[in-house]
Amino acid sequence: MASGVKPRVKVPKKAAAGDVITIKSLISHKMESGQRKDKEGNLIPRSIINRFTVEFNGQSVLDMTMEPAISTNPYVQFEATVPEAGDFVFTWYDDDGSVYDTTKSVAIG
Amino acid sequence: MTKPMGKTLTAIALAAVAFGSVASADETAELVVNGDLNMVTRTAAPAHLSDVLDEINSGWLYRKDETQSLQTDDFDNPGMIFVDLAQDEWDTVEGTEDKSCASCHDDVEDSMKGVRAVYPKWNETAGEVRTLAMQINDCRVNQMGADKWKYTGGDMAGMEALISVQSRGMPVDVAIDGPAQSTWEEGKEMYYTRTGQLDLSCANCHEENYGNMIRADHLSQGQINGFPTYRLKNAKLNTSHARFKGCVRDTRAETYKPGSSEFVALELYVASRGNGLSVEAPAVRN
Amino acid sequence: MEFSRRDTLALGLGAAVVTVLPFSVNAAADDVIATFTGGADMGDAGIDLTAPEIAENGNTVPVEVSAPGASAILLVATGNPTPGVAQFNFGPMAGSQSASTRIRLAGTQDVVAIAKLADGSFAKASSTVKVTIGGCGG
Repeated sequence: MASGVKPRVKVPKKAAAGDVITIKSLISHKMESGQRKDKEGNLIPRSIINRFTVEFNGQSVLDMTMEPAISTNPYVQFEATVPEAGDFVFTWYDDDGSVYDTTKSVAIG
Repeated sequence: MTKPMGKTLTAIALAAVAFGSVASADETAELVVNGDLNMVTRTAAPAHLSDVLDEINSGWLYRKDETQSLQTDDFDNPGMIFVDLAQDEWDTVEGTEDKSCASCHDDVEDSMKGVRAVYPKWNETAGEVRTLAMQINDCRVNQMGADKWKYTGGDMAGMEALISVQSRGMPVDVAIDGPAQSTWEEGKEMYYTRTGQLDLSCANCHEENYGNMIRADHLSQGQINGFPTYRLKNAKLNTSHARFKGCVRDTRAETYKPGSSEFVALELYVASRGNGLSVEAPAVRN
Repeated sequence: MEFSRRDTLALGLGAAVVTVLPFSVNAAADDVIATFTGGADMGDAGIDLTAPEIAENGNTVPVEVSAPGASAILLVATGNPTPGVAQFNFGPMAGSQSASTRIRLAGTQDVVAIAKLADGSFAKASSTVKVTIGGCGG
């Protein structure tokens, strides 16, 4: 696992049934592009988050593939429909095989 | 020390580094963070600057809309990632004394409120002006029995940011008189001293040419109320001393070391030029 | 980063060239797009791409894509060494077929977004982003 990786998401705690809500997500990650060289001139190997998925109660909101052109500390903002109370599950997939996830609950009210 | 330059000399020096005069960023914008934290980004210059400046401006004003907006919401501000990580560090026990920051200082939100606004600050016991970073390392070594952090490293920048956040929106108010005065005078002298092959002082760019373009860069007043600041160019928090080093290097001079007595003096002086601006750290800059 | 005088001169020259000529669309970008569209024709209605005209730093350029009803949007930086940036696949719980992210651009170039619309057709939007190279890196 890369060091200092920390997922953050911003989801409203409450919504009315059927509401469209805005979600922001960010994970601290270097997103080493594979294009840079170290001081000795050797290529620094690529190491990025290559996929980010969001599901609500098991159904897909967004499934995003990421390439090295995504900036350090990948940030994604998008919208989701909330038909009922439930859980958003956010998952980030690292080149090194690590998987990071976090869950946020939304209440109806 | 070089004497303050006349207009002719200034013109020659400026032509050499090709200042333009196109200002494209929005210098009238208002900075409100998280919808409710109003920042003072322009205000009357402190009395000690009355001969040279009427108004002091945050560097935020000199950035383009996209960069400015990154600082208006803590979730959008990548610098806050490092504040989160530093919060974990605050609670982490380290060193031979089995202490964390929290062991002595409890809740950072209470104990560190207002601290950043008055640093660098005279320390009576030590008999010297101390920066926040010096104080953090003093705590680590003498209270925790832990190793020093690198002065401009990620741990230090993060901890400075965490402490600074507790003062966000408060006016910078560093003391320049009393026992701090001689250090402040030393910093002032450095600010106006030309260095390097390009023969530039801090003032050449940041007092005489703020608002102008230096090639593709929009020059600010070089205020440090937003430090440590997240820079897009290196995607991490940058301390004021690391920035000083970059600036001095860009004049093609041998630079002072971060944490050196020279840079401590310069930090006190530059901080005092921002007395009255809000503490913005961690700011977002290009 | 340390710059020798020669590097600095080269940078200056690079900057001059970059400001005049955007990177040309390279074959690699065409390949990435063809893989997504299967070579189908692309319309220009039904997709929006929002990107700054001038980016203050190529490291972090905010972009937004939106294509109502689309199943997927491909984002391509035509002048990057590897042109692919991201592909957004929208699921049934998406509140809209739109997303914002922050991307890296190696220089002034065209950023392209292509949507696979609800009817299976493709639409393309393009935006030129000028990337400035600062006078003082600090």
